[in-house]
Amino acid sequence: MTQQQHHSDLHTLTAAYALHALDAAERDGFVAHLAHCEDCRREVSGFEATAARLAGAVGRTPPEALKRRTLAAVEAVRQLPPRVPAAGPAAGLARVVRRRAVPLALAASLVATVSFAGLAAWQHQENEAARQQARQAQERLEAVSGVLAAPDARTVHGRTTNGAVATVVSSDRQNRAVFTATGLPVPAEGHTYQLWLDHKGTMRPAGLIHADGTVLLDGDPADATGVGLTLEPAGGSTRPTTQPLLLLSLPA
Amino acid sequence: MAPHSEDDRSRRRLRPVPTSGAGQVTRPLPSGASDADARGDLAEVMREVARGDKQAFSTLYDALAPLVFGIVLRVVRDRAQSEEVTQEVMIELWRQAARYEPTAGSVTTWAATIAHRRAVDRVRSAQAASDREHAQAAREHTTAFDEVAEQVETRLESERVRRCLRGLTELQREAVTLAYYQGLTYREVAQSLQTPLPTIKTRMRDGLIRLRDCMGVTS
Repeated sequence: MTQQQHHSDLHTLTAAYALHALDAAERDGFVAHLAHCEDCRREVSGFEATAARLAGAVGRTPPEALKRRTLAAVEAVRQLPPRVPAAGPAAGLARVVRRRAVPLALAASLVATVSFAGLAAWQHQENEAARQQARQAQERLEAVSGVLAAPDARTVHGRTTNGAVATVVSSDRQNRAVFTATGLPVPAEGHTYQLWLDHKGTMRPAGLIHADGTVLLDGDPADATGVGLTLEPAGGSTRPTTQPLLLLSLPA
Repeated sequence: MAPHSEDDRSRRRLRPVPTSGAGQVTRPLPSGASDADARGDLAEVMREVARGDKQAFSTLYDALAPLVFGIVLRVVRDRAQSEEVTQEVMIELWRQAARYEPTAGSVTTWAATIAHRRAVDRVRSAQAASDREHAQAAREHTTAFDEVAEQVETRLESERVRRCLRGLTELQREAVTLAYYQGLTYREVAQSLQTPLPTIKTRMRDGLIRLRDCMGVTS
């Protein structure tokens, strides 16, 4: 499946999305797509306004008692505060994410979780100070946001054969790439997902990802023509041992 | 019956607009929602609600409850459950008032989107418990448009929606109304209509595009 097909296929889903006619998994995938597809957002917005008129056409006056019940009920409901930009690096990142229209799923995983490739390696040294982990996480976060903020950052999307939505953001200038996945099934006991960079047909290990989240790829993405994902025994392999779940071409 | 150009219409929804034959059509529903939103007042009401103003919430309720209850009842069908869901939706509007973003769409669209989403969630979680409802929804689909046609007699806005729905091909209309009024997923729609999935996706989209243009939605 080419990315072109994948994109146009997703674009057709604007209507089904606006009509709430997608199942949960598809909706998540589409939301990720929506975050970086301005045309889709515009179309969805028009479709939602259209759907609101379909709702208006079947308006019914509710029973009087419902208003009393509802007004009484809100007495006990705390209102959410307005959204304000968070302080610190996350806020900077959020700005980057908004400006670059990076997929929502990617943004969320960056800000909310720390699921970086290096994390697995830390697990046997849990006694190390949390401060150390936080510092490493922060470095990773900065590296990731650096890629996202790079003026030459390019984004490609795909869907893995097991149903996850994957995104690669790469910057040749920084020679770095970031991989994010949403909807990855939990790997079987003793297995993990492994990323690969395709160097002229040779697949080089580019790090592990065990669950949904975002990782900085190891290696030299600037020289690579593609990114692959396979399921491998825990700890990873030196070359792919299973059929690829995903092969994405990196923009030249 | 060909849809005529309505580009001059404001993008505000639900405002009763003079059309030929308007005199013959009754208007039984309170039109507060339509008028308020047409003047952009609902956005102002929402700002007051966001500051915890109960009086403003009462105004918002009057303006939006018929819209919310109508679409929820249409999808959920059961009256008691529909009242519950309507109350949930109105509470959600109260809770999220400060997060309403006027640039993202009108208050009416926001409310309708939340209401439909909740209604669909209610129907689908019931469905997970019992797939019989799905079978029933599929059986009921043939009546969807008739029922719409029946109910839309009552409002000017509905008159226009009906006219626009008539401008669709049968497959477009069924794809849109089964999804929206029956709360089916597009896969279920494809199943109901015995039509391939890609066709349904496409018809749903070009049907909505035609409706949008016919209704003069500009966003």
